[in-house]
Amino acid sequence: MNNNLLYQGAEAKLILSSYLGRKVIIKFRINKNYRIKEIDELLISSRTKEEAKLIYQARKQGVYVPFIYDVDIQKGIITMQYISGKRIKDFFDDISDDERKKLCIKIGQSIARLHNTDIIHGDITTSNMMYMDNNVYFIDFGLGEMNTELEAKGVDLHVLMETMESTHSIHASFFRFVLEGYASLYKGDIDQVKRKIDDIIMRGRYR
Amino acid sequence: MDEMISLGIEGTAHTIGVGLVKNTKHHCDVLSNEMKTFRPEKGGIHPRKAANHHAQHIASLIEKAITTADITKDKIDLVSFSKGPGLGPCLRTAATAARALSLSLNKPIIGVNHCVAHIEIGRGTIPDCTDPVLLYTSGANTQVIAFANRKYRVFGETLDIGIGNCLDKFGRSIDIPFPSGPHIEQYALKGKNYLSLPYSVKGMDIAFSGLLTAAQQYYQNNNAIEDICYSIQETTFAALTEVTERAMAQLGKDEVLLGGGVAANQRLRNMVDTMAKERDARFFVPTKYLCVDNGAMIAWLGLIMYQSGMRMTLADTTIDQRFRTDMVDVIWRE
Repeated sequence: MNNNLLYQGAEAKLILSSYLGRKVIIKFRINKNYRIKEIDELLISSRTKEEAKLIYQARKQGVYVPFIYDVDIQKGIITMQYISGKRIKDFFDDISDDERKKLCIKIGQSIARLHNTDIIHGDITTSNMMYMDNNVYFIDFGLGEMNTELEAKGVDLHVLMETMESTHSIHASFFRFVLEGYASLYKGDIDQVKRKIDDIIMRGRYR
Repeated sequence: MDEMISLGIEGTAHTIGVGLVKNTKHHCDVLSNEMKTFRPEKGGIHPRKAANHHAQHIASLIEKAITTADITKDKIDLVSFSKGPGLGPCLRTAATAARALSLSLNKPIIGVNHCVAHIEIGRGTIPDCTDPVLLYTSGANTQVIAFANRKYRVFGETLDIGIGNCLDKFGRSIDIPFPSGPHIEQYALKGKNYLSLPYSVKGMDIAFSGLLTAAQQYYQNNNAIEDICYSIQETTFAALTEVTERAMAQLGKDEVLLGGGVAANQRLRNMVDTMAKERDARFFVPTKYLCVDNGAMIAWLGLIMYQSGMRMTLADTTIDQRFRTDMVDVIWRE
């Protein structure tokens, strides 16, 4: 078995490996020495458990997510399907406006599917979305939760808005197409969601 | 031509400060950095009382800063002041002093963003610090800031109260004086038991108010102050360190800089330092008096803005209480 470090993020290592003959990613949460053991263990186990649960729930809603093969909550390890596509962050600014618009609508629709059953991703950035076979895959549910409150949905969308403003500042205005896609599938009151996002923006310092 | 000398006046919140700096081969040479801090007997900062305090001390601070720098008034080439963000009455007091000084010396004036000054003073005074992610932690402000696409952008920030404010509010509820951070730090050293507190990280944003309420409840339930303080520090600082690391990972930056009053906390420094070492990044923190709100950082930012060609007329020297970090066009950096 070949183990290759594919990516090291702030929180986890992604190792490319194989599992029962399939190409898999082993997501391995890293112990952080800067925080005390009590916090470290709690964050690692609770995020691993929550992530596995949310990925499973998201799949049931028809959102594209990796298959999960194995979970070790204590060690903080999830073994899941390898998504061979590209990170959205890596090509978001390089495609045509028309393609970007379609992509944003797709992203918004997927987020609506998650939110319709109160799944909150918790970290919707363009680094946490992959593109494979014309579908947007959501990865890294590590900061996610189930939450029925409008507040959580607003914050979830606001994280993506901020990412677009900071990482893709020239195309930040495309966030409106994310909302357009979201509105097309969201079962609740879209105006409430939009008002909530505005509320959250105003909460930032000195808005 | 002699190197330009800039005088900066800081007055965004509880501190009135005057500093003199010069630019020696792109390095910030601090000639003097004088300050007085308003300490309320009870409660938080009352803006008008703080402004009265500033008005009372500003003239003598200017004299003192000039004397300490060992120069004469005519050597000052530029007057800078904190345009915002901050408390209106405090900002107006500092700006008024700056205008009066600029007019009487007949030298140009420039208003600068306080948060950007915190990052530039690190870059200016620490030789290896060139492109850091700044974790800026003070009373009102808690932001993770980095340079991207011609601006200092806020990658993460508090969604409710600043970390300093959180510590002060907790301090007030257990009757320890303002600022409470240093007292909480002392108590925390004696804490042994970790009491579980809400850990609120949303992407790169962070929130403290739930934790504050929970900590106050522990106090009401007679848990040891030492344990509560220890748990508050461990939880909030771990969350701050985590969001900072997330920003570094996302941006691919390998320098981290601390700024703001809470950066004086040794535990926070240790955590961020450990995080940096674990990802082969470098950790920087300015000297204590350049970390807290101070005049030298305002003088320095004004100077590099002026030297990159920025100019302000007297009419431009209004204050802006809600002057956001990302509203500044950073023309002095590539």
